[in-house]
Amino acid sequence: MTVRSALAALLLLTTAPVSAETIAFINGTVATGDGSGPVQGGTVVIRDGRVVAAGQGVQVPAGAKVIDANGKWVTPGIVAGFSNLGLAGVSGGAEGANDIRARDGLFNAAIDVVPAINPNYQPIAVNRADGVTRALVAPDTAKSIFAGQGAVIDTGADMDPITKARAFQFVELGQTGADDAGGSRASAHVLFRNALREARELAGFSNPTAVRRERSEDVLLTRFDAAALVPVLQGKQYLVVHVERASDILDVIGLRQEFPALKIIIVGATEGWLVADRIARSGIPVIASPVNDLPASFEEIAATQSNVGRMLAAGVKVSIGMVGDSHMLFNERQYAGNLVALTKIPGATGLSWGQAFEAITSGPAKAIGMGGQIGSLTPGAHADVVVWSGDPLDPRNAAEQVFIDGVQQPLETHQTRLRERYRYLPRGDLPEAYRH
Amino acid sequence: MVLNRKIGLVAGAAFLALSVSGCAALEPPKKNAPAIHINEDPYPSTYRPYPGVPTAIRGATVFDGEGGRIDNGTVILADGKVQAVGGPDLPIPAGTQVVDGTGKFVTPGIIDIHSHLGDYPSPAVEANSDGNELTDPVHPDVWAEHSVWPQDPGFSRALVNGGVTTLQILPGSGDLFGGRSVVLKNVPGRTTQDMKFPGAPYGLKMACGENPKRVFGSKGKMPQTRMGNIALARETWIKAVAYKKKWDDYYANGGKMPDRDLSMDTLKGVLEGKILVQNHCYRADEMANMIDMSKEFGYHITAFHHAVEAYKIADLLRENGICAVMWADWYGFKMEAYDAIPENIALVQNAGACAMVHSDDPNGIQRLYQEAAKALADGQRAGIPNLSEAVAWEWLTSNPARALGIFDKTGSLKPGKMADVLLWNGDPFSIYSRPERVWIDGAVMYDANDPKHRPVSDFELGQPGEGDVK
Repeated sequence: MTVRSALAALLLLTTAPVSAETIAFINGTVATGDGSGPVQGGTVVIRDGRVVAAGQGVQVPAGAKVIDANGKWVTPGIVAGFSNLGLAGVSGGAEGANDIRARDGLFNAAIDVVPAINPNYQPIAVNRADGVTRALVAPDTAKSIFAGQGAVIDTGADMDPITKARAFQFVELGQTGADDAGGSRASAHVLFRNALREARELAGFSNPTAVRRERSEDVLLTRFDAAALVPVLQGKQYLVVHVERASDILDVIGLRQEFPALKIIIVGATEGWLVADRIARSGIPVIASPVNDLPASFEEIAATQSNVGRMLAAGVKVSIGMVGDSHMLFNERQYAGNLVALTKIPGATGLSWGQAFEAITSGPAKAIGMGGQIGSLTPGAHADVVVWSGDPLDPRNAAEQVFIDGVQQPLETHQTRLRERYRYLPRGDLPEAYRH
Repeated sequence: MVLNRKIGLVAGAAFLALSVSGCAALEPPKKNAPAIHINEDPYPSTYRPYPGVPTAIRGATVFDGEGGRIDNGTVILADGKVQAVGGPDLPIPAGTQVVDGTGKFVTPGIIDIHSHLGDYPSPAVEANSDGNELTDPVHPDVWAEHSVWPQDPGFSRALVNGGVTTLQILPGSGDLFGGRSVVLKNVPGRTTQDMKFPGAPYGLKMACGENPKRVFGSKGKMPQTRMGNIALARETWIKAVAYKKKWDDYYANGGKMPDRDLSMDTLKGVLEGKILVQNHCYRADEMANMIDMSKEFGYHITAFHHAVEAYKIADLLRENGICAVMWADWYGFKMEAYDAIPENIALVQNAGACAMVHSDDPNGIQRLYQEAAKALADGQRAGIPNLSEAVAWEWLTSNPARALGIFDKTGSLKPGKMADVLLWNGDPFSIYSRPERVWIDGAVMYDANDPKHRPVSDFELGQPGEGDVK
């Protein structure tokens, strides 16, 4: 048994908890996450941790536990399209609480982010309490353009966060990639091509990591790193590429001429609107930064809040993610709401409510090949259901009940405990430390 | 002018000395030369309001910024000032342009008390990174206005998306004493002086906590610890008190002018109450230390910025008349933000202390009103009493105006105040609303319906997107 298949077998044994209960959410305003608008008086039925049905006119099965969502909204949980969620408890200045980047590590593409994820970190709890139920999680790059292999996780209050390990390889080919490659995008691209060349050689071996197989002498990557790129080269693992600049986007699209099997996803794409028609023709999905409108760097000079809307209008498959964020993924729904607000601004290109909600639910799921599994109320999908106090794209509203795989989640956090401790300040009979 | 006066006085004294020579027996007791006052405003504002037309907005919901709300309200602007605010019956003078505000909202312009636009501009490149003078932890001598790049494209985004009409640009928090702040009107200018808010007092940026001790501790310099932070700050205040005494003596008695020290000039201004202390401080215990230090040396802290633990000591802040400047929901990005809670602003408000929202961020400044909306909703959901949208609007305009010392000029819709006014295309507490028109001193600086009525910085001219703020 290889290391990889042993790991895979282990993961099968440790899948997340699933509820066997049948639950019907009735009378709510229901949005399914598939791009359609919300419908009133809807019903959502889940059973055995999966969605059974959602919409108007859905029958409540006999014996189901009924949750009255009258005046509430019922939707799939938010899928953080791209993030560092779970990799850090504190994002800066707290050694031991941040595994985002293997600063002095020896490996790159071979890195599997799974051991870095800590489901007990507060950001998991805080985002769960705000209705974020799944996330695409990637490490950051360090000394290579390759960051390693990212995962899809859930935010459930349990010790089994992994929905899909090694879901994608993450590579930087923009400004960060240029820095990682020694100071030039040209260097980043030749490093990328060389890496895939080395992977191609290993792909010819039945077991790419077996050391008895001789490699060419002019290799740059360790055997493990090159072997990790074999499934990328073969199109068996997604390649997530971070670029912002329009010309960088075109260079990424161009990679498929040399490596036709690559299953590319672009993240960032702040200047995507400049080349939206060509992205659309490529069919490559984009997980965009939602409201970047500042020329924050020379690769984002053309930044506009209309970027997502314009790409969508051009036929690009766009969803929303937050490159480099380990804490505030709950802001995705606020940002999606901002994209809807643009529809009232003359000259701007916004999103319909359904498009905006899709961009933070089923959109990123589809991009990573998990459409119909997460981020949606499609029958058979993971029963990640959130009952909101109102329209989830308005950040004034909050998640009131959160279910992951049909399991109702605790919404208590370090923050809610602090709030209750300090709600009243007058001196009591004992210090505040005794209020718990 | 000051220089000329100084020469004139010195020359006069010399003439006097010459004319009495030879009459030593009759010479009166020696008198000191009269003191010469230092110019305290050597980089004066050259801001001048742009022309506007008398305008009345009718039929809108009005938040006046002082806790008032008027449904079906009327707001009249003329001569750069708010002229009148009232209901549907408010008479509108002849010759006034009338704007139909039906379904819309009118508020005072938003004030961000904590911004680094211009001193950390876009694009973020080292060449323009001018917010922290990290060569020594004590830098009250540097002035943020000398770093501000008025072509930062961020100003336009803050105006158009954020409805920000006034903002304070602060030096960074790497130093214990980071330098002087500058208050700007968000009107593009060729020079920073063209943007300076006339008559706004200076602020002094101070910092406690992680940043100074990290920056200098990592260089093997003091401060390396929080106790080092306080010790060095106290030593500096001791010098400042002595410096002020020297100058007080000089101004009272004349004589030889003491040597000038730019750092001490700033701290003297603080001790005199002319310069407001804007103190970066996250933790409750550290805020308490800073309060004691202010009492030890006799100055007042105007506001604690990034006060994520203000809710733990909101009573102490109220008793000491100190404002808390807060985010709605930032948390966990560093140890001193580990205890941030989304009810912070509402709890501080409820304790009767002065609460406000800030951005510290070129993106966040575009959505301060959304931050207030979140903070309000979080507070109401937690059952914190006496909160309303009209109260929450104080977090965006009147409270920051107070903490900047400009509340007599702006920050609310009261007759005679600067006509810094926003017309919203819907309820500004809704995520789906945006500023539709922005007046600053009665001049239209943004109009969503007129592409010519939005600013484009020099940097963006002729580049793809060209200042796109849509």
